[in-house]
Amino acid sequence: MGFIKNLFQSKKRREKAQKYKIGMEKTRQNVFNQLNELLKSGEKIDEDLFEEIEEIFIMADIGVDTVLKLVNHLRQTVEVKNLHDAEDLKEIIVEEMFKRYVQEEIIDTNLNVEDELNVLLFVGVNGVGKTTTIGKVAHLLKNEGKKVMMVAGDTFRAGAINQLKVWSERVGCEFFSKPEGSDPSSVMFDAIHYAKENDIDVLLCDTAGRLQNKQNLMKELEKIHRVIGREIEGAPQETLLVLDATTGQNGLSQAKIFNEVTNLSGVVLTKLDGTAKGGIALAIKETIGIPVKLIGLGEKLADLEYFDIEEYIYGLFSDVI
Amino acid sequence: MAFDQLSDRLQMALRRVRGKARLTENDIDEMMREIRLSLLEADVNFKVVKNFTKEIKEKAKGDKIMKGLNPSQQVVKVVHEELKELLGGETSVFALDKSKRTTIMLCGLQGSGKTTTAGKLAKYLRKQESIKPLLVALDVYRPAAVDQLVTLGKQLDVDVFEKGIDEKPETIAKESLEYADEHGHDVVIFDTAGRLHIDETLMDELRSIKQTLSPDEIFLVLDAMTGQDAVSVAEHFHESLAITGSIITKLDGDTRGGAALSLRKVTDVPIKFMGLGEKLDAFEVFHPERMASRILGMGDVLTLIDKVSENVDEDDMMNMMEKMMSGKFNYNDYLKQLKMIKRMGSLKGIMKLVPGAGKMMKNANVDDKKLVYIETLINGMTNQERKNPDLIKKNSSRRRRIAKGSGRSVAEVNRLIQTLDQQAQAVKKMGSMDPKQLDPNNPLKGMQDMQQPSGKQKKGKGKGKGKGGFRF
Ligand SMILES: Nc1nc2c(ncn2[C@@H]2O[C@H](COP(=O)(O)OP(=O)(O)OP(=O)(O)O)[C@@H](O)[C@H]2O)c(=O)[nH]1
Ligand SMILES: [Mg+2]
Repeated sequence: MGFIKNLFQSKKRREKAQKYKIGMEKTRQNVFNQLNELLKSGEKIDEDLFEEIEEIFIMADIGVDTVLKLVNHLRQTVEVKNLHDAEDLKEIIVEEMFKRYVQEEIIDTNLNVEDELNVLLFVGVNGVGKTTTIGKVAHLLKNEGKKVMMVAGDTFRAGAINQLKVWSERVGCEFFSKPEGSDPSSVMFDAIHYAKENDIDVLLCDTAGRLQNKQNLMKELEKIHRVIGREIEGAPQETLLVLDATTGQNGLSQAKIFNEVTNLSGVVLTKLDGTAKGGIALAIKETIGIPVKLIGLGEKLADLEYFDIEEYIYGLFSDVI
Repeated sequence: MAFDQLSDRLQMALRRVRGKARLTENDIDEMMREIRLSLLEADVNFKVVKNFTKEIKEKAKGDKIMKGLNPSQQVVKVVHEELKELLGGETSVFALDKSKRTTIMLCGLQGSGKTTTAGKLAKYLRKQESIKPLLVALDVYRPAAVDQLVTLGKQLDVDVFEKGIDEKPETIAKESLEYADEHGHDVVIFDTAGRLHIDETLMDELRSIKQTLSPDEIFLVLDAMTGQDAVSVAEHFHESLAITGSIITKLDGDTRGGAALSLRKVTDVPIKFMGLGEKLDAFEVFHPERMASRILGMGDVLTLIDKVSENVDEDDMMNMMEKMMSGKFNYNDYLKQLKMIKRMGSLKGIMKLVPGAGKMMKNANVDDKKLVYIETLINGMTNQERKNPDLIKKNSSRRRRIAKGSGRSVAEVNRLIQTLDQQAQAVKKMGSMDPKQLDPNNPLKGMQDMQQPSGKQKKGKGKGKGKGGFRF
């Protein structure tokens, strides 16, 4: 059963995992030390223990349903394997979380960027970090040698266009905008034509933050998505839901409705440098099947990492293993 | 709509005990379990939930609560009251001391909505208190944050004090006070940069701004969608700054807003305002009672009542109710009613406030545009037809004429006829209800009775068309 340990054998892995550990240091201290505390050798396994485990997961904002399933599974395993010592639960917990997330798929967190013109669309509710993430992704792709252009699709919020422009200057990439108040779809349309003529590799398209229950704004987003697809076959190559790690259960509703409207390809989980755990992302993967691709760990250009579930769990549980 | 899951759950739990005169220990445990889960799903912090269910359980067990009402109503009532207490009990009125200048500092995590809230607060205070506010831009970090505030200031025609991004926030804050005095601003609102509660450097900066300003109020701005971490955020900000109040934003979403509970519980200072949209007037005083109802999925009855009374002439309303109850409701009345609704705001916004409506509306496609169609249809009727709905009901050539004349389909005319009927029936039902059932402290009772017929109707008509089933 030591397969979780095996996952971390390569040195490179461990170094990378170390980064997560630092980013999530507080997370571990706050919550998962508790788990460690709880699962001490010699403690017996009983209902109270299960309840406490449940609470620890709840506190990490993993969806209520997901937590209940997880804990039920633990109960069964304990019965089947006839376990008595709380310490034996540690590996089972980690393993189960891993399996639930991966669901026997191969999860590719790489951004789908081909040789021709690519469009990456960033969507999400207000204030989650869409614009900042575009800055970071532009930096990442530019370093991979791509010719990148940012597209100011948030024509609504005061100062949004300028905010993105500042990021394009920091990154040193191209920037496309139309005046405030323009129809965002027309911004995308014009940007794509400009890009085709100017040999751009990747368009990073910002959109205005919108709450998923606003039908007219979601319709607007649907149109944006449609226009992009009409102009370039197969585009957008990525539609990324930007999700604030502080978000609670509402994250599920966000993922569900944004997915209905724009067919999401992945989640960017931001603000993991705080104390929030972003556990709702696990529920999103389990119930809607959309994986986390990237995580945000700060406000600087370099504060972006590819998501790796093994490292994520390891970051959470490294004390437990 | 996620909003309804909470009330659904509670109702499920309560259904099981319905009709029993007394709750067994088992019943109570079962209900506590449901209440616990539903509160957790609403993002109430698990520790808060734990204490809460413990208290409720004690109260539910006591004999004293058993008189008069049936057990399920009783528990709902207790839960609602406890929630309200937890949220602060009474509405906290924010009154300015107009004999002097008031300074208000906003703080919070990144993306919680401080800048927009600063604008809203300025607008609100100017309207309520007729004062001359000044907005001060202290976010020198986030790109174009100053820009954002300046733009808001222009939209509102409110003065904005800014020094770009090259000076320290403390310095800018200090200078702004001189400016405020010179220009006769009696309220100064400071927009600070968003920061993580564990970022020591930036928290120090806030402390030092506080020292410079000794603000009269320090408000923590919190996103209503925040999960369990709300406790940690509130704790840190409160410890560092001793906040005097808080503002909860983005409540126009479908989140149940349990974070509000955590926030209040941890800081023990009142939640003063709530943000309800991106528009600058989407801002209201926070009402614990309404928030409790919202968390319980009972609908925001009081806000609805307020909205109605603000926008509707009472005599008009009474006349109409009388007509409806006597079964004489016709298309002219319907048209009038539509106009009232239009004055109150968008249909969806209103429906959200109606208890149980969320559930009823799950499959109905509410669309404000429909109101326009309905209006066109009614306008296409003759005076006779409007006064006497039976004329249209019994004559298909009239229906075809109306459809053609207004450019809509006959099916839509038929739907309108149905809606009018349903409406009349619903009102009759309301009229025959025991007034006690409309007790605001006990809204579930009336609601259950109202929901059943609508459920049946929906089934009867078949799903395929989907759209016809709404009424108001
Ligand atoms: N600590 C931290 N802050 C972040 C991160 N990502 C974004 N932010 C901050 O969050 C705030 C909001 O970010 P934006 O990029 O403006 O968010 P947005 O989704 O574009 O916001 P709207 O366009 O207003 O909907 C800014 O202050 C960012 O600096 C992150 O990973 N960590
Ligand atoms: Mg943005």
